[in-house]
Amino acid sequence: MRHALRLVVVLALVAPLAAQQVTFERILHGDREPQNWLSYSGTLMNQRFSPLTQITAANVKNLQQQWVWQARSLEKFEATPLVVDGVMYTVQAPNDVVALDAVSGRVFWTYAYTPAPEGRPCCGRVNRGVAILGDTLYMGTIDARLIAIDAKSGKPLWNTVVAKASDRYSITSSPTIVKDKVIIGTGGGDGPIRGFISAFDAKTGKEVWRFNTIPGPGEPGHDTWSGDSWKTGGVGVWNAGAYDPEANLVYFGTGNPAPDWDGRNRLGDNLYSDSVLALDADTGALKWHYQFTPHDELDYDSTQVPLLADVQWQGRPRKVMLWANRNGVMYALDRVTGEFLKGKPFVKTNWLDGFDAKGRPHQVKFPSPEGTLVHPHVHGGINWAPPAFSPRTGLFYVASWENSGIIAVTGQFPRVMSSNAQQTAMGQTNLVPFYNDDTEPFGVVRAYDPQTLDKVWEFKMSDITWGGTLVTAGDVVFSGGREGYFLALDAKTGKLLWRASVGGQVNAGAMSYSVNGKQYVAIAAGNALFAYALP
Amino acid sequence: MKFTRRLAAALLATGLGFFAPRTAAAQHETAADLLDGERAFKNTCANCHGPDGDVIPGIDLGRGRFRRPMTDDDLVRIIRTGIPNTPMPASQMTVEQAQKIVAYLRSRAATARGSVAAGDPLRGKAVFDKGTCASCHRVGGAGSRVGPDLTDVGSRRSARELELALTDPAADVAPGNRTYRVVLKDGTTVTGRLLGHDTFSVQLLDTTEQLRSFAKADLRELGFVATPMPSYRTSMTPQEMADVVSYLASLRGQ
Repeated sequence: MRHALRLVVVLALVAPLAAQQVTFERILHGDREPQNWLSYSGTLMNQRFSPLTQITAANVKNLQQQWVWQARSLEKFEATPLVVDGVMYTVQAPNDVVALDAVSGRVFWTYAYTPAPEGRPCCGRVNRGVAILGDTLYMGTIDARLIAIDAKSGKPLWNTVVAKASDRYSITSSPTIVKDKVIIGTGGGDGPIRGFISAFDAKTGKEVWRFNTIPGPGEPGHDTWSGDSWKTGGVGVWNAGAYDPEANLVYFGTGNPAPDWDGRNRLGDNLYSDSVLALDADTGALKWHYQFTPHDELDYDSTQVPLLADVQWQGRPRKVMLWANRNGVMYALDRVTGEFLKGKPFVKTNWLDGFDAKGRPHQVKFPSPEGTLVHPHVHGGINWAPPAFSPRTGLFYVASWENSGIIAVTGQFPRVMSSNAQQTAMGQTNLVPFYNDDTEPFGVVRAYDPQTLDKVWEFKMSDITWGGTLVTAGDVVFSGGREGYFLALDAKTGKLLWRASVGGQVNAGAMSYSVNGKQYVAIAAGNALFAYALP
Repeated sequence: MKFTRRLAAALLATGLGFFAPRTAAAQHETAADLLDGERAFKNTCANCHGPDGDVIPGIDLGRGRFRRPMTDDDLVRIIRTGIPNTPMPASQMTVEQAQKIVAYLRSRAATARGSVAAGDPLRGKAVFDKGTCASCHRVGGAGSRVGPDLTDVGSRRSARELELALTDPAADVAPGNRTYRVVLKDGTTVTGRLLGHDTFSVQLLDTTEQLRSFAKADLRELGFVATPMPSYRTSMTPQEMADVVSYLASLRGQ
């Protein structure tokens, strides 16, 4: 008993230290504590910009591997880890959460979750990472649950059914924290689901609001779906959102309408497929939307993470949203009003020949019985991988790929054809590019000027990439691709400064953190997580 | 430990098999090993033996009960090669994998069932809340994470085991709950629950609930220390003891 009393005294003395929780204020201002990485893309603006300056364009050539953590999983490793005060949290696919020492890569604890067998996402049993608020981690699962886990002990706190996995819903994205809510959507939009975005009370796991991505009867936009097609029209939401605190708007990109390549039974624009939604963060009410690809029959999901930036636009500061879309077009939108500012192809793109005054694309290529050559093809100019923006260089960094494909509709069932005729696009085993001549495909990291959307530099790879980009205040861009290289490029010129052979595909975005004054860069590749630092 | 041996001998004498006493090698089991063992058990063994390992008559894997006495090596061999002319098949497991399953089962087995005095869970909760239990233990999100989380302890431990944990807490500490102490070169001492260790490093959840990792090269001293859990054998009345046990047994998770 005496011993227990002494422990109480000790606990009381150190209570202020132990109480250092990850408040929403900390998440919102993640850039004020550059040693940490508190949300999927660093801050809720999704710039994937690290303010750390120890690693620079001049010294990055000296980077050395510090540790490797091997996942006990053969699934694709798409997660971006979080780091909170020296502790790293990541997901071992499909749904095990792991706490690691960020200095040594040794494991503190593992929370093992076995998803129900009906949790079978279309395109890989993957997960893109956890979110944190307070002392609690949040993970979406491939059987469409949202699970809260104690960040210190790894114990589950609550487990909420977001949607029925047996109805083909799944979750692969990192949740988005806004104030006291955990906001997440579901995948499954290649099947006959009706998509939605939901906000859950972070303490209890109870749903607070829900926004259906396909309007129901009587709601605006319902008439953009013919017949009963709205009931099974897809429109999943399978990537993290962004948040603007002044507008109190949370932004999410939405997926394709279903069925993917045959729009004959879902006539109309199919709102809000392939769109960005700006929702009131407290109520889920729609403030504005912009549809990138109306009545999509080319599988152009718009679930890339929205990137928010404050830039000069035609001579005055403007709060914009930058978006490199799967449809091959790069966009600048006013994120407060939703106004279309500019759209311009960033890869070879032939499905549109321009926009009207409000930004509606003028489509010129459609699936046909005899087959139509479309640029970019189903994989897109970019798929889901996160982009980056540097307030220092003012450039927007995107890892993308050039590709094309022939889309044909024959009879009732659509066919996708290309010269190498691979049908399964996104799974682990069939991750192959489509191509129709020897000049394509290739992966490329490019920097763009947000004011003109013009390319400033590029770094071409022989093979394609599903990796994201990270940029640091040391003016280094980190990226990689399927070839199994982790690359450091000069953020101003694109010059290759350093590379590491990681022996497996880079299918995630990198992140950076520091512990005890030492800066690290971490990247998932193959089935392992790698950390690098200067000697 | 003496108690466990005595109990084991008693059980053997009554015809029940029992795990061999813990050996020094078992000190190397970490929580991660047990998790691997649990997962392998649930994926492979639980199909026939059930989630608690007690579906097959005469066998209760979760409580170390077999048709004949078994050493760890016996169990590892059976897991790998099966038992001829019975439904117990051979597996493709390595020795290491099989050892992790055995370690997991042992972590559950602890001691055998026994009768305890009837208690009142509500009164037990009052004793628990009034005392200092929550300064180390956590129930349903309240309390400290330093000691074992008791949120679902009633579904993992028998009443007899719970009583033993209160009267003789050092007798059986699960591998994931052992207390470890490191002394840094500058004399700073850190104590906590051991989460993992290897040739070069040690991972703890310290008494301030921080996840800490240390390079062994930076340490002056390191090693297991006695559990900080005091014995309540004399500081609680038998009725209070029965009430607290009853309360703990009622904790079945959220």
